[in-house]
Amino acid sequence: MSEVKRIATREGYGNALVELGKEHENLIVLDADLAAATKTSVFKKAFPERHIDCGIAEANMIGIAAGLSTCGFVPFVSTFAMFAAGRAFEQVRNSIGYPHLNVKIGATHAGISVGEDGASHQCNEDIALMRSIPGMVVINPSDDIEAEAAVKAAYEYEGPVYLRFGRLAVPVMNDREDYTFEIGKGVVLREGKDCTMIATGLCVCEALEAAERLAADGIDAQVINMHTIKPLDEELVIAAAQKTGRIFTIEEHSVIGGLGAAVSECLSEKYPTKVTRIGMNDIFGESGPAKELLHKYQLDADGIYERVSAEMK
Amino acid sequence: MTKLELQKTAVEVRKGIIEGVHAAKAGHPGGSLSAADIFTYLYFEEMNIDPKNPKDPDRDRFVLSKGHTAPGLYAALALRGYFPVEDLLTLRHTGSYLQGHPDMKNIPGVDMSSGSLGQGLSAACGMALAGKLHKKDYRVYALCGDGEIQEGQIWEAAMFAGFRELDNLCVIVDNNNLQIDGAIDEVCSPYPIDKKFEAFNFHAININGNDFDEIKAAFDEAKATKGMPTVIIAHTVKGKDVSFMENVADWHGKAPNDAEYEIAMEDLRKVGEALCQK
Repeated sequence: MSEVKRIATREGYGNALVELGKEHENLIVLDADLAAATKTSVFKKAFPERHIDCGIAEANMIGIAAGLSTCGFVPFVSTFAMFAAGRAFEQVRNSIGYPHLNVKIGATHAGISVGEDGASHQCNEDIALMRSIPGMVVINPSDDIEAEAAVKAAYEYEGPVYLRFGRLAVPVMNDREDYTFEIGKGVVLREGKDCTMIATGLCVCEALEAAERLAADGIDAQVINMHTIKPLDEELVIAAAQKTGRIFTIEEHSVIGGLGAAVSECLSEKYPTKVTRIGMNDIFGESGPAKELLHKYQLDADGIYERVSAEMK
Repeated sequence: MTKLELQKTAVEVRKGIIEGVHAAKAGHPGGSLSAADIFTYLYFEEMNIDPKNPKDPDRDRFVLSKGHTAPGLYAALALRGYFPVEDLLTLRHTGSYLQGHPDMKNIPGVDMSSGSLGQGLSAACGMALAGKLHKKDYRVYALCGDGEIQEGQIWEAAMFAGFRELDNLCVIVDNNNLQIDGAIDEVCSPYPIDKKFEAFNFHAININGNDFDEIKAAFDEAKATKGMPTVIIAHTVKGKDVSFMENVADWHGKAPNDAEYEIAMEDLRKVGEALCQK
């Protein structure tokens, strides 16, 4: 395989904040003692007066952001997904979601690719939680380029946005001339007629690799990058179901409540189609190097290939 | 306003509370009544606000962190001219903009949505921080309950405010000594409230929260205090001025029936009349 650049989506987050910060004085960044990890440290270096470290107090941080947003600022609140969506869920729901405030949540270290820190830090529930809040936009970028585009789109969007980033360096796959990003619009990356793999986040690249292996077995898989889980690109999901008649969803998240659930909800009502959800099967993660965990829990190309070919044969 | 004018206005605020909660057949009269003098002083004397310009970026802000006492806030806002007084009768009705807990989306004059205890103070800190960053002169006021300060997030916010020396922030704790399940020092005592806030780098002032002389002195002292936020611990009577509600925990979240309503309004009329004699 040729030299593929690998960059973590949290890097894209950190860099995009600086670029936006140069242009927009009203952009303000908050963190909860994790600036080095979330990469808001880059913004802090560039604009120290606009980087507010709230200390290890995520619930308060959400409220601070809410207050700031009513006074002309566009806050980007950062911490790990577990704490942003988990610990501070009710604050996000009541202080940001219910009043529909213009606050963006940059949640890094999502999923099992957190690696060695283990289960307490591996959030597999954040998409489910954030998706359930009315008016929340939920985006899970597939690579560094998409992460930057998503951050910029989030800034332009009027309303609350949850952005999910990862710790692990992942292949850059969107570095092409015609790449565009639009909230709520999934992207067909590979055409196919036998089945559709709808993937999000780091699973997109893995799905593409799995598709090549499936092709060698004579299985022609369509691959869709569903970076926005809410609002879901229902039109594209239904079109895929109509085309291939067999859907696989793939996410670094529980099979409960995430992308798989969103796709199943849509299709069961609008175009009943068999959906197999690939993700964390209602279990907690564990400590280990990220790549090993992704392999163990079958969320890498090998695992996806195994799961899909088992169903398709 | 003179002290007498404030006292008379407070009677109207209290009537507005009883009218609203009675019409809704639901709501929180006890804690609204205990804080009525604070609401009155803030909206009629203390705050730099203009009902004709509720979103003025330079205005003083108020966050009702103890959001369930929306009846009190709404009465003060209505009397101050933010929306029609007769709308108070639509409180909590289906389709009404006067939601059970403050809704900033649709109620003129409400600076932050609240209702879930422990969250409003953080938002107030955010507004105060914004004021500092923008180098503006506005002040931010937040009213918390004395049961509400059992919530950990209150102390996260206090730590932040004290550390950041948000002297444009003035917190008021409505210390009526009661919560739903009884007296606060029987449920899970937060006392001593002043010492706790002082430990978080606040200037603490204890007052009779139903006395306008003490209220005025406290807010003046808060404005003059630099380098740290202030907390005013307002010792109040839950259900103040409604005879059968005073100091009764049960009247935390219950509406008076028609007979009780009549008694309550008569109690308040008598207070008003006594003031007119002065």
